[in-house]
Amino acid sequence: MTTALVSEKLAAFIAPFEIPSNVFQKEAYDNLIQLDFPTTRNEYWKYTRVGKIQNSKLKIQKETKLTADVLKPFLSAANFIVLENGIFRADLSHISVEGVKVDVIKPAFISDETKFNSASQQHLFTALNATYFSELISISVAEKTVMNEALQLLVVTSGNAVFSNPRIVIDVHKYADAKFEASYVALNADGAFNNVVTAFFVAENAHVVYDKIQNENNPGFHISTEEVAQEKNSRFKINTMTLDGALVRNNINISVNGENCETHINGAVIAKETMHVDNHTFVNHRVPNCFSNENYKYVLDGKSTGVFNGRVIVQQHAQKINAYQKNANILLSDFAQINSKPELEIYADDVKCSHGSTTGQLDDDAVFYLQARGISKEKAKKLLVAAFIGEITEQISSDEVKKQVNRILAEKHDWML
Amino acid sequence: MQELRKEKMSTLLEIKNLHAEVEGKQILKGLNLTVRAGEVHAIMGPNGAGKSTLAAVLSGKEGYTVTAGTALFDGADLFALEADERAKEGLFLAFQYPVEIPGVSNINFLRTAINEIRAYRKQEPVSAKDFMALVKEKSKLVELKDNLASRSVNEGFSGGEKKRNEIFQMAMLEPKLAILDETDSGLDIDALRIVASGVNKLKNAGNAIVVITHYQRLLDYIIPDFVHVLADGRIVKTGDKSLALELEEKGYDWINTAQKV
Ligand SMILES: Nc1ncnc2c1ncn2[C@@H]1O[C@H](COP(=O)(O)OP(=O)(O)OP(=O)(O)O)[C@@H](O)[C@H]1O
Ligand SMILES: [Mg+2]
Repeated sequence: MTTALVSEKLAAFIAPFEIPSNVFQKEAYDNLIQLDFPTTRNEYWKYTRVGKIQNSKLKIQKETKLTADVLKPFLSAANFIVLENGIFRADLSHISVEGVKVDVIKPAFISDETKFNSASQQHLFTALNATYFSELISISVAEKTVMNEALQLLVVTSGNAVFSNPRIVIDVHKYADAKFEASYVALNADGAFNNVVTAFFVAENAHVVYDKIQNENNPGFHISTEEVAQEKNSRFKINTMTLDGALVRNNINISVNGENCETHINGAVIAKETMHVDNHTFVNHRVPNCFSNENYKYVLDGKSTGVFNGRVIVQQHAQKINAYQKNANILLSDFAQINSKPELEIYADDVKCSHGSTTGQLDDDAVFYLQARGISKEKAKKLLVAAFIGEITEQISSDEVKKQVNRILAEKHDWML
Repeated sequence: MQELRKEKMSTLLEIKNLHAEVEGKQILKGLNLTVRAGEVHAIMGPNGAGKSTLAAVLSGKEGYTVTAGTALFDGADLFALEADERAKEGLFLAFQYPVEIPGVSNINFLRTAINEIRAYRKQEPVSAKDFMALVKEKSKLVELKDNLASRSVNEGFSGGEKKRNEIFQMAMLEPKLAILDETDSGLDIDALRIVASGVNKLKNAGNAIVVITHYQRLLDYIIPDFVHVLADGRIVKTGDKSLALELEEKGYDWINTAQKV
């Protein structure tokens, strides 16, 4: 059975890749070819052009070549798993945490029962991931497991113009307390495209903290989608720090399925030159008595552009929801730009929701105050920018990760902290 | 002769014929002022006369343009220096309205400041231990509560706490010349006494203080050698401390009238 490709753009993009033969991915492929690259006419892609990705000639790399020594500077936890272009590197990973299990499943062995509420197949990039991922990395945290330290997911894109499709499922069982730190790194990966899908199942009474550090060299493309399902009494917190990347798009979709849940979504973007960083978040409050809080901050320099779209739905029967959203931005140059849009759709009547978006420059009076105490203007500005972002950095659970972030800020953005 | 040279050498600030404007509006209109080491000067004058503008121009705030005149600070051309360089040379301004800077800790930024100043003077950075000892000693001087030193700069401080914090910073930085812009306003009577006694302890033969104030009360504690009246962008009258008493009693009108005659 053959299905005609609908879009020439897509046909050209996927031409270099082998059509998958396993059942799961063949089905994904049949779905994929019905889709097309989003254009700026699409409401959710209005400010982010993917033409550069679309026109790239990419290759899928199955061989691995990373060695332990090149990864060392990026490690920030005692336990870590390394993915090279979406392929699990057992030899470079180290996991010995009681109650935490990592399985690697080849697409050919994915059965219908394999738990994966894959992100909506209607979206091109998640469909691409489903079609071309090499391995499904399944991380399971057993009931009542308490992880004192984070498990690091070191996700490396390696090789020029590679198309990498990491696919990760994180299953946190009842009453477990889990911490993860995802570090995205690109090594010799000019023009590479890292297209990640991560799914979280947060069971009843489970707690999850997920720190996500995006530090992929410019120029490189990164699109990632986190699909989160929260059951009752659970808590999920994600902190996204975007520090590098030519084009970065993050989609966070959280479905709050059980009552008494807490959801925290924090993000910081530090961009310069021609970086483009787009955060689209979506919290779906389907049941009553939940709390969600969102806080995103952008510091944009040079000709960089930022996009923030925070969507919250409170369904009709989801009473007593408290949903807060904040987006604050500082533009350090006259050429930097931000497009910020809250999208609250509230169908219940007994809810507390708020949102606020502010964009401005650094406070001149504050800069002068610091200068008047003997601090140079340059340094004063950096101090103020660091303070602005501090509210987000503070949310990161591990001190090691905070140090990493500060080191990257110092190296790449010349910050003093 | 000998005496004269000595006096000249100890001149900290010499302002001549200073004209300055802000947003195209002429505020300072030919101001002269000389401050020598060991002196305390008080500047009084009606609202809007240009007192804070003078402080801003001297400390290098952007938006204030010097259109004529000169200012020598310890022999150096003040207007050729960036704001931070002026501070590094030993000029200090206690702000009339200290800004709140959320997320920047009071002591961390002071440590940065001190180390930048030390680097400028080719000195080693201060050790963490010595710095903390200094914080302890100087916060005692103005009875600044411990937690204020470590909180974000002025954030959520009461009006009086902000003013104390200014003097605490002055104590930490030990400037050659400190300009205190209405440091007394917003202070209760006890706080006024504490802050004034702090200032007095910081005063010595090698430094100088310019206090801008509306109230004679402060001058009971910080005794000025000279009292100047700044009106309409100029120093229109200079006297000793008794001038402050006279102003308290009679206001400013009589001076203006006297000038016109
Ligand atoms: N940034 C500015 N923009 C416009 N006008 C200004 C600015 N700064 C000062 N001025 C004006 O300059 C004049 C002098 O102001 P300044 O603050 O120096 O007065 P002051 O003598 O300190 O008064 P006060 O006793 O009320 O503190 C005022 O008319 C004021 O409105
Ligand atoms: Mg004033």
